[in-house]
Amino acid sequence: MTPTLSRRPETAHALERRRRAIHGWLLLTPALAMLATFAFYPSVATVWTSLFSRGTRRNPSEFVGLENYARLFDDPTFREVAVNNILYAAVTIPISIVLALVMALWANSKIPARSFLRTAYFTPTVLPMIAAANLWLFFYTPGFGVLDQIGALFGAPSVNWLGQPETALWAVCAVTIWKEAGFFMIFYLAALQTIPEDLREAAEIEGASRWTYTRRVVLPLLAPTTLFVLVNAMINSVKLIDHLFILTKGGPSDSSKLILYYIWESAFAFFDAPSAAAMTVLVLIVLGAVAALQFRLLDRRTHYR
Amino acid sequence: MTALLRHAEAALALLVALVWISPLVFAAWAAFHAPTDAINFNLSAPWTLENFRTAWEGAPWLRYFLNTFLLVTSVLAGQFFLCTLAGYAFAQIEVPFKDTLFVLVLLQLFILPEVLIVENYAVASRLGLLDSILGIGAPYMASAFGIFLMRQAFKQVPKELDEAARVEGCGTLGVLWRVYVPAARPTYLAYVLVSISTHWNNFLWPLIVTNSDTTRPLTVGLSIFAAPENGVDISVISAATIMVIAPLLVLFLVFQRRFVQAFLRAGIK
Repeated sequence: MTPTLSRRPETAHALERRRRAIHGWLLLTPALAMLATFAFYPSVATVWTSLFSRGTRRNPSEFVGLENYARLFDDPTFREVAVNNILYAAVTIPISIVLALVMALWANSKIPARSFLRTAYFTPTVLPMIAAANLWLFFYTPGFGVLDQIGALFGAPSVNWLGQPETALWAVCAVTIWKEAGFFMIFYLAALQTIPEDLREAAEIEGASRWTYTRRVVLPLLAPTTLFVLVNAMINSVKLIDHLFILTKGGPSDSSKLILYYIWESAFAFFDAPSAAAMTVLVLIVLGAVAALQFRLLDRRTHYR
Repeated sequence: MTALLRHAEAALALLVALVWISPLVFAAWAAFHAPTDAINFNLSAPWTLENFRTAWEGAPWLRYFLNTFLLVTSVLAGQFFLCTLAGYAFAQIEVPFKDTLFVLVLLQLFILPEVLIVENYAVASRLGLLDSILGIGAPYMASAFGIFLMRQAFKQVPKELDEAARVEGCGTLGVLWRVYVPAARPTYLAYVLVSISTHWNNFLWPLIVTNSDTTRPLTVGLSIFAAPENGVDISVISAATIMVIAPLLVLFLVFQRRFVQAFLRAGIK
């Protein structure tokens, strides 16, 4: 390309386009560099680490292929933790979504004191999980905890909610549901407020009951919101583990241990990075599947974006 | 019959609301009472500030507050810079492979920094960021969520404004600063509120990266202070907990409407 040619309009245009593309790249570089450092590189490095043995002073770490994964599947603790996490997801996701929907319907209806309701439901969302766990200790402590005192009024025996394997995981689930429901309510509330009032009036003229109106009109219109909330709830069922540090530390005998907590423990308490990395890879695969699900479903309803 | 049903429903809604705030209410009440009274639910017991005094002297809270404040502001500054630039490029500039890059960015919504703790620790260690405020904040600065939000906001700015500014002689950055940033102000406000509450409350990564009181944020400080091994009684734990959540709670109650709208705006698009 010679200088004289650049005088021609289409070439000037091409130059301008190239200049803008370079600007674009310059604008993207800082963010991409940070993402590469703290998301992409660590993801790849995790896979890499998971394929090597744990190095000690005598035995330097060496390539072992999928051995860490095999060891993981033989590890009874890992199996228990995986089952715990599946139960945790299976309990907290549907209950908090249904509660969120009911709360939103209440906060959006003509109930007295509904602004108080909205504030009360939403408050747990702004509290740190660590602080929330401290608040809940008050409820669960055997003997003088609130639950025990209420139980005592009805002659129920004292229950050590956090201290016995049968109840510890459920006690942890309750805190998660309490924390999440109000957060998800907000998204439903927003969606409810976009439903035109005419629809309700039309349904009333047709003689439809409130229940029929909710089920046949409102719920289908809330489907995109439910998808969004569902994906968030799935991510949270991996992510929300802070309260374990205060309430149970995964115990008693691993009965309330969740996978991210076990990853933390393996890496930073047992110093077994390869095992923690192998678990992380499994979690990333699950999260990747969730991502693929969301992208596919969203593609189908492009109007949503 | 329907009227009765409606009253029952309202009562149920109110009951759930009371259950929802009861942990907070109990802790707030216990924080102002002697531990023996709190345990026995002695409602007529005298009020006291003793628990706050004990809690305050039990840990370097002022330092923790300062650390959390520095953490939240540095994360915000980083996010503002990175997400504004990247969001603008994704929204308005034709860059080769833009769509592929954008999908890569969105992947970070699922590859959470929380999950990558093992390797992020190694990265932070190699960069010399261990036990520093910057080390706590760095993995969150190039937020995919922030980039996504800013892209959406910038896409809604009319092209005519952009062209008018260019005719006036603004360069790419000038247009961004004079036209796009002011136009996206509501989105920035929403994102700021969401970001503050997220990082004020974050725990796992700060726990891993910090190992001294000079860098620990409030959440980590609180977890150490309230650890059962320390044998602190429940009234003092309540006082410390109330102390930690008070600023954010006050912020929330004052800006309630804004807060709710912020989460809406942040989530819905």
